[in-house]
This record gives sequence, C-alpha cells and structure tokens, in this order.
Amino acid sequence: MTKDNYILAIETSCDETAAAIVKNGRELAANVVASQIESHKRFGGVVPEIASRHHIEQITITLEETLSQAGMVIDDIDAIAVTEGPGLVGALLVGVNTAKALAFAKNKPLVGVHHIAGHIYANRLEKEFEFPLLSLVVSGGHTELILMKEHGSFEVIGETRDDAAGEAYDKVARTLKLPYPGGPHIDKLAQEGDETIDFPRAWLEEGSYDFSFSGLKSAVINKLHNAKQKGDTLEDKNVAASFQASVVDVLSTKTYQAAKEHQVKQVIVAGGVAANQGLRKALADKFEGEEIELLIPPLKLCTDNAAMIAAAGAVAYQQGHRAGWDLNANPSLSLERYASRSIKHR
Amino acid sequence: MNVLAIDTSNQILGVAVVKNGETAGELITNIKKNHSVRLMPAIAQLMKETGVTPSDLDRIVVAKGPGSYTGVRIGLTTAKSMGWALNIPVIGVSSLEVLAYQGMYFNGSICPFFDARRGLVYTGLYDQDMKLLKDETNMLMAEWLEELKEREEPILFLSQDVELHREAIEEILGDQAIIPPQACHAPRPSALALAGENKEAESLHGLVPNYLRLVEAEAKWLEQQEKK
Ligand SMILES: [Zn+2]
Repeated sequence: MTKDNYILAIETSCDETAAAIVKNGRELAANVVASQIESHKRFGGVVPEIASRHHIEQITITLEETLSQAGMVIDDIDAIAVTEGPGLVGALLVGVNTAKALAFAKNKPLVGVHHIAGHIYANRLEKEFEFPLLSLVVSGGHTELILMKEHGSFEVIGETRDDAAGEAYDKVARTLKLPYPGGPHIDKLAQEGDETIDFPRAWLEEGSYDFSFSGLKSAVINKLHNAKQKGDTLEDKNVAASFQASVVDVLSTKTYQAAKEHQVKQVIVAGGVAANQGLRKALADKFEGEEIELLIPPLKLCTDNAAMIAAAGAVAYQQGHRAGWDLNANPSLSLERYASRSIKHR
Repeated sequence: MNVLAIDTSNQILGVAVVKNGETAGELITNIKKNHSVRLMPAIAQLMKETGVTPSDLDRIVVAKGPGSYTGVRIGLTTAKSMGWALNIPVIGVSSLEVLAYQGMYFNGSICPFFDARRGLVYTGLYDQDMKLLKDETNMLMAEWLEELKEREEPILFLSQDVELHREAIEEILGDQAIIPPQACHAPRPSALALAGENKEAESLHGLVPNYLRLVEAEAKWLEQQEKK
C-alpha cells in the first residue's frame, strides 16, 4: 500500500491569488482563491502590474488560510507545486518564487505545472481519467483540443489560429457595452435571445481541428456598425445568442469529430469558458447517447484555482518530475514542451 | 542570532548570512541577469557554505525597494514566504537606506538615489546615524538638487546610476557634492543585515514593496476621477 500524499499548490498566473491542498491527486483538502476582479473592473481588463502587486499582498494570507482550511501544518505537505506558465510574467513570478522559498525552507520537492495541464486535471478531482481522452480547453487565452493517451502526456491536435474563444467573447461584450468580464454576460443574454442572425462559422480545411474566431468577431462588430448607420435596431440579446450559437457550434462539432476519430473514452471540458451554459448544453446534446463520457467540472473548478495545479502536480510528482532552485516563470510555456519534459524525467 | 539578508531590488543581487553579528558570507553580483532564476540558487549555495540551514535562521532581512518593481517583488516574495514557512520575523528595509550605509562615516548628509527615468529619481537623505532627514520620494533630479543646494553642507551621492546624473550634480552643487569612486556605489547585503538586525518586525502579511509610485493605469484613473 502506498502512503497518502499531500500536494500544496500555488497559482498566480493572472488575477487570482490561489492556493490549495490535494490528497493523492484526487481529493480536495483545501481550496482558497483570492480574486482581484474588483480592482481590475474599473480598467476594463487585467492590468498586469496591479495584478502582481495584489499577489504579493495576498500570498502568505492565502497560504495560511489554505493550511487552516485543511487543518494541516506545512510539515505535513509532501511536495510544493506551482504554475510556471503560461500567464502574466510578473504575476507568475510571485507564485514561482513563493513556491521555491517554501520548498527550500522546508526541504520539500518542488514541481512546476503548466497552467492548461492544471485546467484539464481539475476534472480528475471529480472523476478518474480513462485514456485515451480528449480535452477541449477554452479560456480567455486558449482554445485547444488536446489528446491524452496517458497521464502527463499532452498532444495538441487543434488550436486557434488567431483569437481565443474567450477573447472573442470579451471583444463582442465590449462592443455591446457589457461590463467586464464580458463572457458570462453574453452567455446570460444569449439565454434570453434567439439566433436571428446567421453569423459565419469558421470550419477551416476538411479534417482540421484548428479554430479561428477573428472573422466571427469582425462579422459581429460590422453587423452592429451597419445596423447603427442604417438606423436599424438590433436586439442585444439576439446578437449575443447568434454570436454564441456560432462559437458553440464550431467548438462542439469539432470536439465531437475529434473524439470519434481518436476513439476516446472521455471528453473533458476545461478552462474558464467551460462555465458557459450554451457550451455545456451544446456538448451535452452532441454526446447524448454516445458511449463517450462527457466531463465538465463544477463552476468553481472551471475558473483559475490552485486545486487544479495540485491535481496536475500530484501526477508530475509521482512521475518523478522535479524542478530545481532555478525554476523560472515562463509566460509562453508550451504544453507540448512541458509534456515532453515531464516524460523525460520519468 | 542567524540572519539571512536578501536584496534583488535593483541590478545588484546580494545575499548575506550573518551569524551573531558577524558576516559569515556575502554574495554580490552586478550583472544584468534574471534575479528570479539566480536568487534561490545563490541563497542555497551561500547557506550551504556558511553551514546555516533554513531551520537555523532567526530572521530574514530584505530590501523592500524602491527599485525595479519585479526585482523588489522577487526578493520580498522569497523573504516573506521563507519567513512564513519558518515562522520567523521578516524585516523590510528601504533599498535607499541600504545604499546609504556605504557612506556611514561621511561628515555631512548622505544622498542615495536610483534613476527612475525621464529625469526622475527615487531618493532620500540620511545623516551619519542613518536617520532619515527627508522622506523618500520619487522626484525630478533637477528639483531635488536645487533643494539640496539650500542645505549648504557637503552631500555624499551614492548610486549605481551616478554617471547618468554626474553632470547635473556637479553643475548645480559644485564643491558641495562629493561623488566617491565606483566601488562605493554598490549596496552590500551585509549592510542590509546590519540595518535590519535591530529593527522591529512588522506584520509579515502586511510587508509590501516600497514602490514610491502608483501604477500608471491607476494614476490616470485617479486623475480622471478628479476631473469628474
Ligand atoms: Zn486559466
């Protein structure tokens, strides 16, 4: 019988200062997220320097709350995991240097984690993985289809060629003058409206699992602009519903096709946009009656948190992956580079 | 008492280990390289060589700025997190004060400064006993020099960036200004340890960088609010 292990993880890649403790890679012992959203709202987006300043103010408070939530002391922890990238460099640096300091002070192993690997592993806190599995990662910075054949292996089989889905949401929301962050507001409006406008769907070449959202984004902005010039009124809720229908159609269709082609056992949705009701419903419809299991994490695990980093970190830890004292923040760390590195360390 | 001192607030990376008031080891580099990559290896190496383990530490002293925002945060994050994990006090000392220690026996006032671009400097004024004579500030060097001129006493200038401002200093202050040779302008981590040895610890959670400046987006936002 193997001994239980506890991973303490830190995540500061954007505007949430987060720490968590996960037992054996699957059980949540503590999960604390200090959000800065109120500070950034007035600027209509995340201001990197402000995010970094908040992180250093919050970090030790967040850690203390995490340990007390778990009823543990730091000596009970087996390893420290941290998001090393991608993300905002100044923000990541606070987390990375915190993790190194804790690991050094307490002589604990240190594990670097890719943020997107974390989003995928958030699902393992709910359900054990069965391979091969396909993950659709959708967030403010990412739209990717990732095939996993085993733990710690990530193959990007499709990705966006321009904007991430979340970016398109934010830009359309701004055009509709919706408050920041725009994604959830569009989703809510879309529930009230109908698809009255036929916006384009970028399917790209036959068989490609890549995405493109910049054309759609421009089409929405042009449509609103032209209507305004002609004095027509478009109902915002119908624009939102039509825009969302286009995004969700492409995402769910490509996910379904990729899942079939690679004969996966599970499909996992990850990232902040996984909270989107329209996307959840479309995917549920597509996979209804199929043998493929569809997993969408609960809302609190969709947005950025450290529990997901602990879950991914637990696997990297067990596979023998260790970071050195020279671990750095890597704002553009690629998932495939990260994956090949962790395999190498096995 | 075993003290670890950390300074990454500007280009210099400095780490010192002080055992019972004696500097056991000091590591200083003055190169344009990433503090985040190099700080923890430097601490690990110096502690190993001086035979001090993390659990032997009684306090950590850290330079809290002003300086490079990112650099200050790397040092302060490391110090705060180590201090928190080890449950020992962490003392933040102004990076300007650390530099002022280089002029400790100067007969006059000591003016440490860091260049802050567009004619601005982060600066302050200290006496021989390291007492602050003028609150640390972020201001135009030209205005600051005029203010110093009125003090009619010798002023010692200490800065890694002294060459950028030498002409202006000599033009406005003439003989009143003393600029020592290059080797004197580097803040020493052993001085940082000394500065923090007897300072009372503040709350660890509340320890934040001494930026001396608002974030630009925030300053603009406040300006707009005032206009409304
Ligand atoms: Zn994320």
